[in-house]
Amino acid sequence: MSEPILEMRRVSKSFFSIKALRDVDLTVYAGEIHALMGENGAGKSTLMKILSGAYRPDPGSEIRIDGQPVQISGPLGGRAAGIAIIYQELSLAPNLSVAENIYLGREVSRGGLLAREAMQAGVGPILARLGADFTPQTQVANLSMGQRQLVEIARALHARSRILIMDEPTTALSAGESERLFALIRQLRAEGLAIIYISHRMDEVYALGDRVTVLRDGTLVGSLDKGDIRADTIVRMMVGRDVSSFYKKEHDPRNDARSGAPVLAAVDIADGRRVKGCSLTVHAGEVVGLAGLVGAGRTELAHLIIGAAPMISGHVEIEGRTVSIRTPGEALDAGIAYLTEDRKALGLFLDMSCLDNINLAVLGRDAKFGGILDRDKARDRAKRAFAGLGIRAANVAVPAGGLSGGNQQKVLLSRLLAIGPKILILDEPTRGVDVGAKSEIYSIIDNLAKSGTAVLVISSDLPEIIGICDRVIVMRAGHIAGQIRRNATSPLSQEDIMALATGTEQLDA
Amino acid sequence: MPENGASSTTAPAKAVPVAPGLAAAQETKRQRTRMIIRAVGMLPVLLLLCIGFHVLSDGRFFTGQNIGIVVQQSAVNTVLAAGMTFVILTGGIDLSVGSILAASAMAGLIISKFPDLGVLWLPAAVLTGAVFGILNGGLIALLRLPPFIVTLGSLTAVRGAARLLGADTTVFNPSIPYAFIGNGALTLIPGVLSIPWLWVIALLVILVSWLVLKRTVLGVHIYAVGGNESAARLAGIKVWAVLIFVYGVSGLLAGLGGAMQAARLYAANGLQLGQSYELDAITAVILGGTSFVGGIGSIWGTLVGALIIAVLSNGLILIGVSDVWQYVIKGLVIIGAVALDRYRLQGSART
Repeated sequence: MSEPILEMRRVSKSFFSIKALRDVDLTVYAGEIHALMGENGAGKSTLMKILSGAYRPDPGSEIRIDGQPVQISGPLGGRAAGIAIIYQELSLAPNLSVAENIYLGREVSRGGLLAREAMQAGVGPILARLGADFTPQTQVANLSMGQRQLVEIARALHARSRILIMDEPTTALSAGESERLFALIRQLRAEGLAIIYISHRMDEVYALGDRVTVLRDGTLVGSLDKGDIRADTIVRMMVGRDVSSFYKKEHDPRNDARSGAPVLAAVDIADGRRVKGCSLTVHAGEVVGLAGLVGAGRTELAHLIIGAAPMISGHVEIEGRTVSIRTPGEALDAGIAYLTEDRKALGLFLDMSCLDNINLAVLGRDAKFGGILDRDKARDRAKRAFAGLGIRAANVAVPAGGLSGGNQQKVLLSRLLAIGPKILILDEPTRGVDVGAKSEIYSIIDNLAKSGTAVLVISSDLPEIIGICDRVIVMRAGHIAGQIRRNATSPLSQEDIMALATGTEQLDA
Repeated sequence: MPENGASSTTAPAKAVPVAPGLAAAQETKRQRTRMIIRAVGMLPVLLLLCIGFHVLSDGRFFTGQNIGIVVQQSAVNTVLAAGMTFVILTGGIDLSVGSILAASAMAGLIISKFPDLGVLWLPAAVLTGAVFGILNGGLIALLRLPPFIVTLGSLTAVRGAARLLGADTTVFNPSIPYAFIGNGALTLIPGVLSIPWLWVIALLVILVSWLVLKRTVLGVHIYAVGGNESAARLAGIKVWAVLIFVYGVSGLLAGLGGAMQAARLYAANGLQLGQSYELDAITAVILGGTSFVGGIGSIWGTLVGALIIAVLSNGLILIGVSDVWQYVIKGLVIIGAVALDRYRLQGSART
């Protein structure tokens, strides 16, 4: 522990005249898990891209590995320096086998032919060391997200990397898979690797971090040792101010006369695969959480309700009337708006302007003469959304792809709000969103409930569910396992939700 | 912040070296530059080609007569490429436009020979194209077949249909109605300025396409489907309707192109007409900067692309390059121009 394995000194990076990083220092020791935190745009990815060789730092920056100054250029440079990055979006070729992926770019050949057996034999011990439950011959397409991550880690170990950078590694993992990953990370730490762990999630940083370094606006705010890691301290360092009431919840539907009849009722809905006969109701002005482990069928249930997937039984009622919803378009017509969990793949049009993204769902309604765009109305609406939701971008004409995660989410949310939905289904509304924007999204949800919208929030972030919901419905393996209601005497508890989600306890309201 | 030690927890008082507003302003400035580059696109290349040919041909390029020839030659391809722009903007491709053009021209000429129906030949040709296009679109949108495969199939099948229509012969009609659109010109200033009707039609097609793409709900939906089809579906856009529309438009404009050819030649041959026209149309769209994966592009770029192709063909003949070398040079210019475009647009989200 005495000699740092990696030292970065006065590292800066400019893009044209913009400084993305300014004089950042980072010291990492072998055998430590070093958490790196900061809001989106704080410079975390820039720093990591410098380490991987994707970016070249500005002159004057210094990087030392084992005390020796190094120049890292190109992805091979990072690998040669013993640095490996496990990216958020995994970089495996799904059509190839595990062994082929691990050897990608460094294939072993004999006499010009691929030496498959030798490669498979070389991978075996590493997979065993990681406790993998698949063989080197397995095709990556057949692996779960957790298993794929294992392949990435195996690839790093196989390249004899000693510094492992993990960028939000649990985003796509279930709770069980995350636990196994944490155990593995601790094992790697014990083996003497240095791990740089980038995450937005406070609980992970608690569980894993030996040290935490916080960046803000491209500069180093500071580092905390294990004993000093506290949520409020980190949040204050990240946003540069106190976030006193993080979860905004002022509205209480029990004090609201409108919240009598259910607005949305799903009755015994099933798709024959992942959703097995689920019923739920959401009332006007109520925020209902839909909790459960990843894979419990929450997103699938939402997709059935909005007609994005076909249901084989059951029906949906809106304000007591049975409605037939076969496409997302019909759901919108019926007053149900759905915020997807996969903002980039299923939500936004990254090349299109914020203006078009915001107005997309109401273009037809606003149009003149049955199809001519009303550009003034669209511009007004986008400007109102920017002001109302605090979207930070230069103007409404910039492409949505250039915005930070939180601002992208707000753009997508404005598209849904433009419809004026009676029912809003939000699937992981704060995933990949920085702390400041998270709090703003919570207050948007609270305001919507106040105005009488029925809100269903799917989230894997239990503190979030507890912080903003009036009632929590828990799913397990395609069924509704039970529900928990907030009341004055007993607030919602993480333990009760987990008990229902994992099936260790039966509970019903 | 070197004075802030690595283990200090104090937030520096002035820790905003990059004012977000400033960074954002610079970001938009760069985006605006990028948008201008995209919009201007290949226009400089077109101008350079024109000037180059003018010099190399001893001043024979910029003459009224020669410019007339260039625009007339580019007219049909411009119309086909406009339809192709709609298709490629959704991330698709239409390989069948050459065959549809032939079939539509055949249908038009055959109708024109009926004494009572003769005047209806023009709408008949356009309608024939639209029907084939809608068939393409239906197969692609409703059966979810890949556009490349569907239109590759109709490239062959519709070619066969075109030959069937005329019993595999050339159909003539020297007294075809509206022949002026093929060979006449619209006189703007008598004796000074007149524009070939073919070119008037092509410009009208470009103008209407621009209006549809930029000023209508449908236009935004076309860009949305090309940008992210899954997201478009989830946003309530009727993706199937958009796809049928774009292939329908591509077919309809191929039909119009067939009518333009028929009026120009007073004849059509199901085997020869429109052979490999789809390649020129695709080339014009790509030269115009439209992304092959969809979602990005403009109709004005397509117009410039179609003009580049026509200028190249015309200029190379003017300076006396042999037919064989014309092919080689055209191919290289296309690759070079697109490579230049890519190079300039590096760093854009997708190309």
